[in-house]
Amino acid sequence: VTTTETGSTPVEQHDGERPEGWQFNSLLLLMALLVLVVAAKGPISRLVSGPVSRNWMTVFIAVLTQALPFLVLGVLLSAAIAVFVPPGFFARVLPSRPALAVPVAGAAGVILPGCECGSVPVAGALVRRGVTPGAALAFLLSAPAINPIVLVATAVAFPRTPLMVVARLVASLLVACLMGWLWLRLGRPGWLRPPARPSFEGHRRAAAFWGSVRHDVMHAGGFLVIGAMAAATVKTLVPGSWMRTVAGIPVVSVLALALLAVLLSICSEADAFVAASLSQFSLTARLAFLVVGPMIDLKLFAMQAGTFGRGFALRFGPATFLVAVAVAGLVGTVLL
Amino acid sequence: VNREAQGVLLFLVGGALLWASLTDLYLRYVRAGLRPMLILAGVVLIIAAIATLWSELRPARAARRDRAGADHGGADHGGADHGGADHGGADHGGADHGGADHGGGHREPRVSWLLVLPVLALILVAPPALGSFAADRTGTVLQEPPILPPLPAGDPLRMTVVDYAGRAAFDHGRSLGGRRVEIVGFVAAGRRGPYLIRMVFNCCAADAQPIKVGLAGRVPPGLRPDTWLDIIGTYTSEQIRDEVNGGPIPFIDVSQSRQVPPPKEPYEF
Repeated sequence: VTTTETGSTPVEQHDGERPEGWQFNSLLLLMALLVLVVAAKGPISRLVSGPVSRNWMTVFIAVLTQALPFLVLGVLLSAAIAVFVPPGFFARVLPSRPALAVPVAGAAGVILPGCECGSVPVAGALVRRGVTPGAALAFLLSAPAINPIVLVATAVAFPRTPLMVVARLVASLLVACLMGWLWLRLGRPGWLRPPARPSFEGHRRAAAFWGSVRHDVMHAGGFLVIGAMAAATVKTLVPGSWMRTVAGIPVVSVLALALLAVLLSICSEADAFVAASLSQFSLTARLAFLVVGPMIDLKLFAMQAGTFGRGFALRFGPATFLVAVAVAGLVGTVLL
Repeated sequence: VNREAQGVLLFLVGGALLWASLTDLYLRYVRAGLRPMLILAGVVLIIAAIATLWSELRPARAARRDRAGADHGGADHGGADHGGADHGGADHGGADHGGADHGGGHREPRVSWLLVLPVLALILVAPPALGSFAADRTGTVLQEPPILPPLPAGDPLRMTVVDYAGRAAFDHGRSLGGRRVEIVGFVAAGRRGPYLIRMVFNCCAADAQPIKVGLAGRVPPGLRPDTWLDIIGTYTSEQIRDEVNGGPIPFIDVSQSRQVPPPKEPYEF
């Protein structure tokens, strides 16, 4: 019943009341697009029937199909926490000494299942509730990388190298703590703009829960599509010989995959599967991909700039990148 | 992207996931074991879509009811405004439904639009499993099998391409003997006649890599790449190196072959 009503009711409403109606244009646009595409099904499928485009689409769909269930699981759990865990909870349980709060907050990242898109608003909320920024930042960096869903996804993606999970956990936690302490030493309050964000407080629980699910899927889903497109492009168009050449040089390969992680901006729940597909590269290089990706990439940079201010993002992003690459290289050399 | 469009997008993505997982379509992209999670994800997305659309419609209906009430009762319903405010209609701005509220934090970034791409790709094109294009670019990933159990009974004996290639390349056919075996794979152009190929992967089709077997003996003429073949043949000691990565490519001496449709599960593991 609900779905059939939606087609007409809001449109009629807006038509009557808001002639300029930007609000529902996106719905109308979506509908028009769907009708157009379905009408032009024949030409479109002929257009994409070449071997290159078919290969591209297969990889694109494969990455998404593999990643979406994990994204949905993460989004569900993070919605449950956003709705059922009281807001003051994290501030109460953290130690009051900042230097001690950093590792505790970093380790607490384990309990926020979800990808990095979810951790930025949570870290913002922590700062607003008086958690010392260093600790909130440690949480911001560790949560997307070391939560159970991401670790399970990593184990599934690397069935033959279970040590990858350990290495990812250790390296990510280390980077998170280092960055937290670095902020305590060098950070200035002026760099960090206190964040504001829409909250679901005041809504009924069910509405808040599904509102959070919708919000997270829309945010993370769009960027996941970009990541899948980039992965499919790399897989389909970049000649295998280039990849093998880059992959053959130890230090360069680590840097190359770290940069790739920044460019691809894949959700941390799905990045392990992309890393697994980059099988020409050494495990250390792929570890760098997995450590850097959840901490700093194009979409995270955009989100951090939006939440904490551009001055913050410009300093924090590059620093995180350098520390993450160094730690991943070190941990990878020791463990893998 | 406003909330109605978001609801429709969620519904489309969830529906596409459900459709792919309830048919055998998903086997072109991921492992069979992922099916329960795919179904679950599809259902959750559809519920989220319904919840979104439901909460979008509620204020609209409430606003209409309020207006109808005001027309009717005038002074009688003086309190109705307050009532309306309580059940959420007013925090959406009542008749100005979606004004400030939507303009604020609730419109999601444009990038959400991209979610329509996988839906269209799945429903309109449903791209096939990786074929000869990917296999040509990648070297064979044949590895020495850790143990070689004796072959079961059967003539011809159905084997996976991975199993045949492993026994042929590393065991020099000792465990194969003169047995007739039957293998299924797709065709790709090779250095010395066509290859019969099966893709294998760890996680999903994005990391798929080929296992290649060379065809010798009675190879049907005019084979086109990506044709699926069911082959019956015997071991031959012929073996070459893959031009891409130098991996071993064993051969099979074909005695019979016929074209078959692509199997339900196009990959081996």
